[in-house]
Amino acid sequence: MSIIIHKNTKILIQGFTGKIGSFHAEEMIKYGSNVVGGVTPSKGGMTHLNLPVFNTVKEAVDQTGASTSILFVPPAFAADSAMEAADAGIKTCVAITDGIPSHDMVKIKRYMRRYPKDKKMGLVGPNCAGIISPGKSMLGIMPGHIYKEGKIGIVSRSGTLGYEAAQQLKDLEIGVSTSVGIGGDPINGSSFRDIIEKFENDDETIAVLMIGEIGGPQEVEAGQFAKENMSKPVIAYIAGLTAPKGRVMGHAGAIVSAFGESAIEKVELLKECGVTISKNPSVMGETVKKVLVENNLN
Amino acid sequence: MDIHEYQAKKILSDFGVKIPTGGIVYSPENAENKAREIGGSKWVVKAQVHSGARGKAGGIIICNSPLEVADATDKLLGKKLITNQTGPEGKIINRIYIEEATDIKHELYLGLVFDRSSESIMVVASTEGGMSVEEISKEKPETIIRSKIEVAVGIQQFQAREIAFGLGIESKLISRAANTIIGCYKAFSELDATMVEVNPLVVSHQDEILALDCKMSFDNNAMFRRDEIAELRDKTQENSNEVYASDRGMNYVSLDGNIGNIINGAGLAMASMDMIKLAGGQPANFLDVGGGATPEKIVKAFKLISMDTKVKVILVNIFAGINRCDWVAEGIVQALSKIEIKHPLVIRLAGTNVKKGNEILKRSNINYIEASTLEDAANKAVKALG
Repeated sequence: MSIIIHKNTKILIQGFTGKIGSFHAEEMIKYGSNVVGGVTPSKGGMTHLNLPVFNTVKEAVDQTGASTSILFVPPAFAADSAMEAADAGIKTCVAITDGIPSHDMVKIKRYMRRYPKDKKMGLVGPNCAGIISPGKSMLGIMPGHIYKEGKIGIVSRSGTLGYEAAQQLKDLEIGVSTSVGIGGDPINGSSFRDIIEKFENDDETIAVLMIGEIGGPQEVEAGQFAKENMSKPVIAYIAGLTAPKGRVMGHAGAIVSAFGESAIEKVELLKECGVTISKNPSVMGETVKKVLVENNLN
Repeated sequence: MDIHEYQAKKILSDFGVKIPTGGIVYSPENAENKAREIGGSKWVVKAQVHSGARGKAGGIIICNSPLEVADATDKLLGKKLITNQTGPEGKIINRIYIEEATDIKHELYLGLVFDRSSESIMVVASTEGGMSVEEISKEKPETIIRSKIEVAVGIQQFQAREIAFGLGIESKLISRAANTIIGCYKAFSELDATMVEVNPLVVSHQDEILALDCKMSFDNNAMFRRDEIAELRDKTQENSNEVYASDRGMNYVSLDGNIGNIINGAGLAMASMDMIKLAGGQPANFLDVGGGATPEKIVKAFKLISMDTKVKVILVNIFAGINRCDWVAEGIVQALSKIEIKHPLVIRLAGTNVKKGNEILKRSNINYIEASTLEDAANKAVKALG
């Protein structure tokens, strides 16, 4: 199995009829994802890309049985759409939108606390590339063809750096079970720890590549989780060695503001947790390969 | 986005935080009049730049007469203030804040930030005002009080009281102190702030609780609904190339090195900078042209990098996903037909249709160095420095 999305996962597109939503919905359909419809308020009843459009997520879930959604809604309305998905019983929502205010993210996460664990939606992102289970389903904006089917789990903040990793692995003929982009915002839906826990519980995944960067505590929290709870090897690369303190490096969350948030400190703390470090971004693939060989996993 | 001290004070005072009487001036004459208007016998002349540690850098001057206020203003206006936070280039002083001097009994620290671990708003306070929070956590960590606020219901009176008692404030002043803390919290949560810092927060000999210096930062992503805050932006306090970039929707940070970068994606941009450093070079900038890397964006990026006089070599690193390398290559060729680049240029393309992309570059008359991997690109860029 892959994690989060599988061959038949039924997918809704929120912000379906917009330019960006339409473009990526088409790419996902071409890849073979099971897109069953979309939501654009006030455009319910239309047909778009030969699929039904609904006014509300609830209606869309009732009619299609969708369990999963992907959000291409502009920043000002994105929080509202994510909460709507949570309330309609969506199990996983990937928010692609870049530029959601932090105060809105805090609000979404508080809102979702009202649901018991088994009914609570998993939010991935925002400001991320989405999720792909190669050969099965794509719920994101990545170039699907660079991912080879296989057994490595990838979790990355950055989109393009995740692509770089997938390409390096493919060049070494190593495949990916699922790749998850958790996004570059300071407050996000799923953390590194949330995702590596899923990889630990996935039969198909044999090792995890974690691609982090400066800012925030999540990489180190995941390292501690791995040390205490994981049987599978974890390999990590942390970007931002040269980033100056106190400056935002593109991603709203990529800012060093406290101890343990710089790349050097994170690398040291992860090493202490038994995580293998890819010493530079050019050798992420090679480092994974080396770890596989050392653990007789290849 | 950062704002000036006087702007933060105005905002906080609207939320019930007491501040010393003061006013903003733009000339020595202005300053003298403002001092007379404020009254009293002692004034503080404060350079308004986006930086802390202004006192140590000579940006805060205590004066005993309106004439001294005028002189101090004259001395500061139009100068660049160099603090330990501005870098060697300093920041221009275009505005001066004149304030009545405060008779200080105690100096305290009060800050509010997002806590990324608990995903809530955290109030941080200490009895050691006047020091930076980093210094306090290093030298007097035992004095730090932290209080997590449940954002769904906001700060409660008892939480503010607990902090105030924790700061050792006298009983008769507790409710004043609590209201100050609550005011700061409200400003933070109602205006999409990412940081509020009152340092020092003082107790005066007249038993007042006053915000003597304060700083606020706001979420750039929330500016679409905060016109009143967006208006407070002072572009003279930012690096001019960074302003040029942000006005054109690019993520750019100016750095000290001499290898200019054009990269798509923030993570890949940081990773490329790291590779340059590992190869023995120094990046001149961080620049993320966005995941898409459209030809228009590449043209803008070349313009931006060519404005930076430090740059001696340019490194382009694009991982083309949905947008194919051949298309990106055409964008590069197009850009270079519009802008003359005198420096050596290293280009690394990766991803979809990389062969086609490289062929297009080769067929064009661009003078460039082709690179295959991230590492290769960084090594070639450093070598091209000569």
